[in-house]
Amino acid sequence: MSDRTPLLEFKEINTHYGAVHILKDVNLAIYPGELVCLLGGNASGKSTTLKTLLGMVKPTSGDVILDGEVVNEKPISYRVERGVTMVPENRRLFKRLSVKENLELGAYLRTDKAKIAEDLERIYDMFPRVKERLSQRAGTLSGGEQQMVAMGRALMSSPRVLLMDEPSMGLAPALVETNFELIQQIHAEGVAIFMVEQNANMALSIADRGWVLQTGKVVLDDTADALLQNPELRASYLGEAESH
Amino acid sequence: MIAVKRSKQSVLRTNNSVDLFLTVIRVVSLIVIALGLLLFFIEQIRGTALNGDAPLTGGAIRGLFVTGVSQGAMYGLIALGYSMVYGVLGFINFAHGEVFMAGAMSAWITSNILFDNGMWEGGFSFIIALLIVLLVAIVVSTLATILIERIAYRPRRESPRLIPLITSIVVSFFMQNAVLGLFGPASKTLPAPPSWMSDSYTFLEIEGTKILVMVIAAISMAGLWVFVERTKTGKAMRAVAEDKEIAALMGIDVNRTIVTTFAVGGAMAGVAGVLWGLLFRGVSSQTGFLPGIKAFTAAVIGGVGNLGGSMAGGLILGVAESVGPLLILKPMTIPAVSQLKDAVAFAVLVLVLLFKPTGLFGERLASEDRA
Ligand SMILES: Nc1ncnc2c1ncn2[C@@H]1O[C@H](COP(=O)(O)OP(=O)(O)O)[C@@H](O)[C@H]1O
Ligand SMILES: [Mg+2]
Repeated sequence: MSDRTPLLEFKEINTHYGAVHILKDVNLAIYPGELVCLLGGNASGKSTTLKTLLGMVKPTSGDVILDGEVVNEKPISYRVERGVTMVPENRRLFKRLSVKENLELGAYLRTDKAKIAEDLERIYDMFPRVKERLSQRAGTLSGGEQQMVAMGRALMSSPRVLLMDEPSMGLAPALVETNFELIQQIHAEGVAIFMVEQNANMALSIADRGWVLQTGKVVLDDTADALLQNPELRASYLGEAESH
Repeated sequence: MIAVKRSKQSVLRTNNSVDLFLTVIRVVSLIVIALGLLLFFIEQIRGTALNGDAPLTGGAIRGLFVTGVSQGAMYGLIALGYSMVYGVLGFINFAHGEVFMAGAMSAWITSNILFDNGMWEGGFSFIIALLIVLLVAIVVSTLATILIERIAYRPRRESPRLIPLITSIVVSFFMQNAVLGLFGPASKTLPAPPSWMSDSYTFLEIEGTKILVMVIAAISMAGLWVFVERTKTGKAMRAVAEDKEIAALMGIDVNRTIVTTFAVGGAMAGVAGVLWGLLFRGVSSQTGFLPGIKAFTAAVIGGVGNLGGSMAGGLILGVAESVGPLLILKPMTIPAVSQLKDAVAFAVLVLVLLFKPTGLFGERLASEDRA
């Protein structure tokens, strides 16, 4: 794997909110077509990692690298145009806009009209429920439906890598599993997935590799299988008594 | 927040002394309105008012409605600017009345130049002249509002919402005094429109000027609606209004979208400035104040942040302040009712907020900080 260029990479990233040091010398790399996950307790800096990857938060030192190019100073749109996108924490749909408009906004930067229409159809096929509710305000959908629209919206940007911030948060237990299947399905179509999850067991069971973040530091970096076997991790994240 | 929470409960439920107090006020205000209307109908049937005056004629009542609708349409156009900026940035831009005034001032200048060149007369040439006046006013108001955003508000974007609010009051005073200094305190007069404009038309006998005002307002509002609801930029505007961070994640240029929002609001205020010139012909540095406050009131009545509501709020306010004094107050033999136009306008606001704290078409706002 190391002979390929990573799609997205962190080199010695440090991020601050004001004076508060959040990410501390973080290194990571996501290769094309991979499914990787980032684990960690509450407030360990997982969301900040995703936001820094996208440029929603600027690092104070270190480099964010996209296809081998340092993109620290590039706007979010530069990365989105090159195939990086995110399903944000809590989905964050535009609740007052229609479902259709939410999906269209996902393709905001694209100009290839015919291809956009094609992708829209693909998403309708993937989520027939969404198609029935196109003119409805997104805020009126159920949690599961909102998750579908959030995924659809992200896919409408025609991503090469999809960052997902706790996709199973707030979903009914029955839906969590469906959701993971969906993620695998998207992955199977060749989209790299970088997933932040509290549900470590499930995330690792579908992932290739994973990182564990603790107060902004990467403390573990291994294959998913190895992480599943790791006694330290089992104690802190995979134990049945622990819940975050 | 307290007011917002209360809206969920029944209007007539009384939990504590504040609610009881509000209920009493609600009931009293309804009784006053009902009484006024009842007396109005009695005087219409009897043929004399309580104090022996002749009652309003049908033509007079119709005239009041037409005046109300045409002025209300103007308020609605201004109100849109308050609403859009509030929707996107969460503060009331009190300099917006002066943006309207700038449009009206430009209309005074342009129309006089065109008058001197003999274009402010006839049919076709007057319409062309009016279009030029409109275009100039739109450009002036749009540029003014873009400048204000760039200089006064953008540096304070991340501050608490009270800061840009207060800044906008400062900008408002600055613009009033700048125009006062440049053009002096005397009221400026637009040239009289051609005589066909003051004739009456249709079975409703509406004055030509007012027809023109209503048509221009309707076209502007329709244009704005298409822009906001049907274009990609309009969609981006609504997305930014709802969630800037996620809008940026979609690749939307949030800064540019905010500027567009100000610009569109400014353009509407420019159109409204010309309408003011057509309706009243007198313009001064103070012109923006009362219409600005009333348009803000209209926006709150409709539910600030809601564009359809702002237009409706403008119309409701315009009709209420025009019709209310003579239809409700005069039959109760209240003296000098025509002086009470402004009081009625603000009473409408109080009334609406008493019954629906979020405005007629407003939704509960997110718990972001807004001022
Ligand atoms: N915009 C912000 N401003 C200041 N502090 C923040 C901001 N966002 C997050 N934080 C803080 O940064 C830390 C890491 O947050 P986050 O990356 O969201 O953690 P996680 O996603 O792992 O729960 C937390 O302590 C959080 O309170
Ligand atoms: Mg998080």
